Amino acid sequence: MNNFQYVRAADLSGAAQFASSRDGVSFIAGGTNLVDLMKYSVVHPTALVDLNRLSLHEITDRPEGGVRIGALVTNSNLAYHPVISARYPMLSRAILAGASPQLRNKATTGGNLLQRTRCVYFYDPAVPCNKREPGTGCPAKEGANRILAILGTSVQCIATHPSDMCVAMAALSAIVQVTGPSGDRSVPLADFHRLPGEHPEIDTVLSKGEIITAVDLPATGFAGNSAYVKVRDRQSYAFALISVAAGLEIVDGFITHAGVALGGVAHKPWRSAELEQRLLVGKPANRNTWHDFQTALLDGAQGFGENDFKLKLAPVTLVRALEQAAHEGETI
Amino acid sequence: MNTHLIGTDVNRIDGPAKVSGAAKYAGEFFAPDMLYAYVVSASVTHGEIKSINIDKAMKVPGAVKVFTHKNRPHLPWFDRTYLDEDAPIDGSPLRPLYDARVHHNGQPIALAVAETFEAARYMATLVSIEYKALTHQTDMAIAIHEAEKVKKTNRAGIEAPPKLRGNSAEAYAAAAIKLDKEYHSPTEFHNPMELFTTTVVYNSDETLTIYDKTQSVSNSQLYVTNIFGYSKDEVRVESPFVGGAFGSALRPQHQLFLATLAAKVLKRSVRLTLTRDQMFTLCHRPETLQEIRLGADTDGTLQAIHTETFQVTSRYENYFEVIANWSGLSYRCDNVTMEESTVAMDTVTPGDMRAPGAAQGVWAIETAMDELAVATGRDPIELRLQNYADKDQNHDKKYSSKELKECYRQGAELFDWTRRKSKPRSNRRGSTLIGHGMAGGVWESPQMPAAAKASLSPDGTLTVASGTSDIGTGTYTAMAILAGETLGLPLDRIIVKLGDTELPVAPLEGGSWTISSVGTAVTEACKAVSKKVLKLAAGLDNSPLKGASLKEVEFSEERILLRSDRSRFVSLQAALAAGDGKPIVEKAKSGPSLLKQHGYKSFTHSAVFAEVEVDEDFGTVSVCRIVSAIAGGRIINHEAARSQIIGGIVWGIGMALQEEAVTDHQLGRIMNHNFAEYHTPVNADVHDIEVIFVPEVDDIVNPIGAKGLGEIGLVGVAAAIGNAIYNATGVRVRKLPITLDKLI
Repeated sequence: MNNFQYVRAADLSGAAQFASSRDGVSFIAGGTNLVDLMKYSVVHPTALVDLNRLSLHEITDRPEGGVRIGALVTNSNLAYHPVISARYPMLSRAILAGASPQLRNKATTGGNLLQRTRCVYFYDPAVPCNKREPGTGCPAKEGANRILAILGTSVQCIATHPSDMCVAMAALSAIVQVTGPSGDRSVPLADFHRLPGEHPEIDTVLSKGEIITAVDLPATGFAGNSAYVKVRDRQSYAFALISVAAGLEIVDGFITHAGVALGGVAHKPWRSAELEQRLLVGKPANRNTWHDFQTALLDGAQGFGENDFKLKLAPVTLVRALEQAAHEGETI
Repeated sequence: MNTHLIGTDVNRIDGPAKVSGAAKYAGEFFAPDMLYAYVVSASVTHGEIKSINIDKAMKVPGAVKVFTHKNRPHLPWFDRTYLDEDAPIDGSPLRPLYDARVHHNGQPIALAVAETFEAARYMATLVSIEYKALTHQTDMAIAIHEAEKVKKTNRAGIEAPPKLRGNSAEAYAAAAIKLDKEYHSPTEFHNPMELFTTTVVYNSDETLTIYDKTQSVSNSQLYVTNIFGYSKDEVRVESPFVGGAFGSALRPQHQLFLATLAAKVLKRSVRLTLTRDQMFTLCHRPETLQEIRLGADTDGTLQAIHTETFQVTSRYENYFEVIANWSGLSYRCDNVTMEESTVAMDTVTPGDMRAPGAAQGVWAIETAMDELAVATGRDPIELRLQNYADKDQNHDKKYSSKELKECYRQGAELFDWTRRKSKPRSNRRGSTLIGHGMAGGVWESPQMPAAAKASLSPDGTLTVASGTSDIGTGTYTAMAILAGETLGLPLDRIIVKLGDTELPVAPLEGGSWTISSVGTAVTEACKAVSKKVLKLAAGLDNSPLKGASLKEVEFSEERILLRSDRSRFVSLQAALAAGDGKPIVEKAKSGPSLLKQHGYKSFTHSAVFAEVEVDEDFGTVSVCRIVSAIAGGRIINHEAARSQIIGGIVWGIGMALQEEAVTDHQLGRIMNHNFAEYHTPVNADVHDIEVIFVPEVDDIVNPIGAKGLGEIGLVGVAAAIGNAIYNATGVRVRKLPITLDKLI
């Protein structure tokens, strides 16, 4: 491990100031991913700014009916919080489908958003990887790509974002609250992560020195009709091959509102509000609708060999999640 | 022998030490001024080191030395010097840091040594290496056509396939039912929890005390003394506790070599621990391809078995394990051909991994038998009974015992086999398909020469010792049980010592032969002590045992009783009080009795039953239930035996569904080299497991009638699960692991 400086942030503006005035600074909260990456010599921060003592541990109600989740709320506290499990059950389920209890106890909301990909090439400094070292190449495209992306890939990179939590947050239309040297801003979760394009080394839209302070959930939590379905290679402690967070509002058998996101398929949670509007809203909650929607959402999906099976698995997972959400609470 | 301990549930005598942290493993011994070392691993698969620069690494505060092939001390040039007790006879063992050649990805090519672990690890990242890369091959599918295939020869203790019997080609051609299939199993890694570690303590008299993770202290000692020119008096190897090994610690791994080299040159104590990633650069279960042809009558009676097996080895050593032989062993068939070849590739040499060869070989033949049951419409158990062999078919020898029929019967009853629907896809609940399958398992029960010492103190405390290893299997406890049984002592009066080259020599801890070999030696040593105790007891004034022979007395509850009249006895205390005040010490050497075992072969057997649920859309498999009925001779410690079998079953779940080292063939490198990506079962994957030990009396296998259980628990499990998956889905997967993509 490289030597690095460690500083404890006293306040947000000081932390942002520190990070924006130097190169190679990382913020650390739970550290469940960052410390691993440092040990593997994948990342070499010059300094770690510890955010853990900042007051970002609360889950609070919002005046417009939504909920604000502080960036330092742990995954466990978030998943088991009574408001979240009652009003946003899809989010609780997604979080509990990920990692292990030990990791969830330590991992934070903000940190989860900033997880790096689990691509095996990214994790191994002995081999090329455009995300780790731009310009070195991407052996994954013709190599071990079982867990990698089928949508939104680029010539440079076919990595996936590994989070379960973010998939549910994307379906819930969450908003990421950010502060930084040039002030505060709000970023819809759907726009927070970027596609790899020509710069796979950049995962998110955060600028230098910007800090996630909270994630806001809107009032609509799909508590009545939602599902999180995760398909993986073992029954715990495995990243999603395909996951789907699906939330529906149904009136008299017709869909009035929908939020559906896919995980394990792209560099970001995959959602299309436009397709939801066009192919779900106003349509009957039945298999024909699911079929039309999944066909459109997965249009252009492309396999790279080992991960070709995802082209078959994604549609059935989408249908299963939508079917489960539509029939939640019914005894089948 | 009386039976107050044997066959009961005995908690491990080393359990309190393990849970309290008092049990010290190889990486937990300290020495003053100890140095820490860290391995630099090659990142190319085949080639030469053009240049290696250590300047930056040496500038790290605390840096002591970076060893490379350029600056290493003199090492023996003769490659046979590097052999160990378990090395393949053909080939040349890897000589770390010997020259610039890279034989496999991950090969150790430099060793960073520093005052702290962190400094050594950082140094390793700063060693810059230029390679001249040469072409490599790691893809068995290609290598099998291109590489030189070598027919199997003998490896110490491993036999070549038996000569063909009958004419399998003709019988196959004439058979009414024909099956011709290929079975493929992947590379798997042992991955014991404890990382490979060696702590070399450099003593003031320049001798070495080496704490090594090993399944044989004497093998480690042999290796070190041969290579580094020490005498046996100068190198003591200790390994009191081993955190799992599964065969990976049979041969010395490179951390032993490198730590010893560093200690010798630097004249300092050195510790070297490999990382989890580096555990994937060691020996492993070789990838195999098995072509099996079965010919049978319409009722399933076997007429022909033809097995052709290919297994991967390295280019520098011709390692092989017995794979083909298992197909011809267990079923009655007059026309059998078994062929076995190795395929050399640019990989590290494979090694024995829990049930080496049988894990893959029995998986293939037991899957093929299930396919034959389908083809003939027979029930899988009935088919196996129809072809049941009362003799070892390969050697035409009697079994010393084989209660496999009872395993089938008791296993089927507990499992409720009658619930099974023979037609695939006929048992479902919503989108969940339910399936039931079974398979048989078999493993050898050999006895090896072993030595042990027993020492009974005047206060009635017994110490038994043998230079064997306890890799978590319960050897400490089994030795105590056998000693306690022989001398009528409670366990708290017994001290067990093992894992030390100062102790009597035991064989490698492998092959499921430890209970058979070391258990017998311990029993013999204790018997010799008991003879002396009896002599003392009989010599007492008015002794009721006067003139009694060993056979006429019984040692129980710290007394020596007359069998004919148990009210007449001498207490152990009284007998020992008549001694000279010194401990009674006896050594015993035991080995297989040629007289008794001539004409016999010994095996453990199992019948494994599996229930699975398969999600029809996702292809995800849940193994809801496993019942394993074991015929394993006399059970010494029921609790430890059951644990062993459960552990083997969990391995079987991993083998069936998850385990696979994924190689990028362009790079020649295993890419999923960590526990996040190389999957083994987690708790959520393991559901109901039930173990039955069927009664099996065997007085030929060895004097104590026990058979080792380290491997049998695994054998057959993957086949039973695969057969259950077929029953659920109608999909036959002949390429392990059965991941969901193969079922959708």
